[in-house]
Amino acid sequence: MINSEESATSVDPSRFDGPDATGHFGPYGGIFVGETLIAAVEELAEVYESLSSDKEFWAEYDYELKHYVGRPSPLYFAERLTDAAGGGKLYLKREDLNHTGAHKVNNTIGQALLAKRMGKTRIIAETGAGQHGVASATVAARLGLECHVYMGADDIVRQAPNVYRMKLLGANVISVNSGSRTLKDAMNEALRDWATNVDNTYYIIGTVAGPHPYPKLVRDFQCIIGRETREQSLEQIGRLPDALVACVGGGSNAIGLFHPFLKDESVAMYGVEAGGHGIATGQHAAPLSAGSPGVLHGNRTYLMSDAAGQILETHSVSAGLDYPGVGPEHSWLKDLKRVNYVDATDEEAMEAFHKLTRLEGIIPALESSHAVASAMKLAATMPKDKCIIINLSGRGDKDIETVAKIEGIKL
Amino acid sequence: MSRIEHIAQKAAAAKKKLLIPYLVAGDPNLETTSALMHKLVEQGADIIELGIPFSDPSSDGPVIQRGVERSLSKETTLKQVLEIVAEFRKVDAQTGIVLMGYLNPIEIMTYKTFVDEASHVGVDGVLIVDLPPAEAHDLHAMLRESEIDTIFLVAPTTRDDRVASITALCSGYLYYVSLKGVTGAALTDFGSVTANISNLRERTKLPIVIGFGIKDASSAGAMGQLADGVIIGSALVEKIALLADQVDQDAAVLSETTQVIAQAREALNKLV
Repeated sequence: MINSEESATSVDPSRFDGPDATGHFGPYGGIFVGETLIAAVEELAEVYESLSSDKEFWAEYDYELKHYVGRPSPLYFAERLTDAAGGGKLYLKREDLNHTGAHKVNNTIGQALLAKRMGKTRIIAETGAGQHGVASATVAARLGLECHVYMGADDIVRQAPNVYRMKLLGANVISVNSGSRTLKDAMNEALRDWATNVDNTYYIIGTVAGPHPYPKLVRDFQCIIGRETREQSLEQIGRLPDALVACVGGGSNAIGLFHPFLKDESVAMYGVEAGGHGIATGQHAAPLSAGSPGVLHGNRTYLMSDAAGQILETHSVSAGLDYPGVGPEHSWLKDLKRVNYVDATDEEAMEAFHKLTRLEGIIPALESSHAVASAMKLAATMPKDKCIIINLSGRGDKDIETVAKIEGIKL
Repeated sequence: MSRIEHIAQKAAAAKKKLLIPYLVAGDPNLETTSALMHKLVEQGADIIELGIPFSDPSSDGPVIQRGVERSLSKETTLKQVLEIVAEFRKVDAQTGIVLMGYLNPIEIMTYKTFVDEASHVGVDGVLIVDLPPAEAHDLHAMLRESEIDTIFLVAPTTRDDRVASITALCSGYLYYVSLKGVTGAALTDFGSVTANISNLRERTKLPIVIGFGIKDASSAGAMGQLADGVIIGSALVEKIALLADQVDQDAAVLSETTQVIAQAREALNKLV
């Protein structure tokens, strides 16, 4: 929440403009990779920069979003969910209705077009829940690119349907057995692949993390969420919303929603991290709520690491939030106090998952269920004329086995 | 003059190549690492690169990853790595010690504590794999202040216009990465190494050593011919993996473990 003192004084509207020319969001971001990859990230930054004024590229991107992804996604007033929360009005930005079932495809389409422009024939990706892997495999099939997806061995078990979807799409899914065998280890392995095959390979990072320019370009591709939401809000609500709520793992769906509203001081923002079994238990994936700044996977950002600087294993019921870091722009927005970072536990997310399913007939991804949980709590504190927009970043079909298992149901 | 500069100058004067083994501190335990360091000197090492274990070694291949995992299963900390150096220095004031690792453990310790301690225990050089020159200014300045060399990598992908920014901060030696890939990968393209090293020679007076993919006497000899020295990591860590996890290692067993270094020494000595 913006404190009243701040909103009363006039502030420099450029203070949320990031990153700077060297990829820094305040003290965060930057380029922290081995020398072998420096040329590749510099080339990517140069090419991306040159495309910023390339109308043809962005027209192609817009075309794909409209005709292939199915955008714009609706802004939906969740009436029964609102009644259940008992306060402010809850709206859902329906990213779950995108082709492939989540916001991830907004980014993979953009990056795959970029890869094509750069003449790369082979794409690699890391995936946690499998959504980014599916979205990468999908666009690879669409554009005729070879695709290899790194996925932690534990996640492969948790997200079996998505693994099969990737295979059906023609991708090679590589099981990662090192470290904690989840998303962070998949990212390590993808970085190793990239260093080895740097000449012909484009690495599609799935979130707003990694070395510059990834946090910027993934954000730019995801900003379609916020731009549409802004227009839809003005059209449907007649004004800007009072609050935005999105889940934060790496944070791409959240930054995509938040970024076009950063300079609108009346709009409060809430990023919801995975509280796992509860922040106090240490078993969570909430670096902004309970971590400290450090360096991992190419950028400086809030991380969950121990007193000796080793990255901690995280826990979340949702594989897509099970990551010890977060995009550097979120770290900056936390320090600037522009976005409030809160958490929802596994249990709260599960409860929200069921509520949304039963009250609205929409099965949310477990990731997005964290945002739903937090937004319902927030709505309860607000009068009925206030409006909250939740980013429903993905659909929950992929999670039904997980949910059944937790509840002791055999499918 | 730093200890590494002194070692490099002495070697150059004697037309001798530098031999730099790499091992992971704490693999399989701290006591064995200490014993191995002395054994490596006996086998002909001039400088030792001591790996600081990190949970997410994204520039390393599977052999070193497993070494790091063995070390971290004992919860080896950066503080303990510094203590090993202190112990080593009590006995050996000649051999160069370079700490090699990733940035996060150093950030969490804080640069100041790290540099103060490293200087205090007798570390000669620091090589942070994921800290390129553009991000290195603060740490580099503190290390220079404490007369510790900061070593940087040059890769086959490094563009010519970038080399100057690397050599501007690099001291001690320049580490040429022989291949595109991770540590321990197979080195196949000798031709490109030759061309890239002679290109680098025109741009720096720093000693150039080659690492990544040097696995035996023959590859050490071939690479040694092109450069001022070689680094051997994965081939050694692969042998260390065979050691039992015990505190008192048999001296003969350690000789066997480090044999690849003795063989590399022999091959390098034949070059001159």
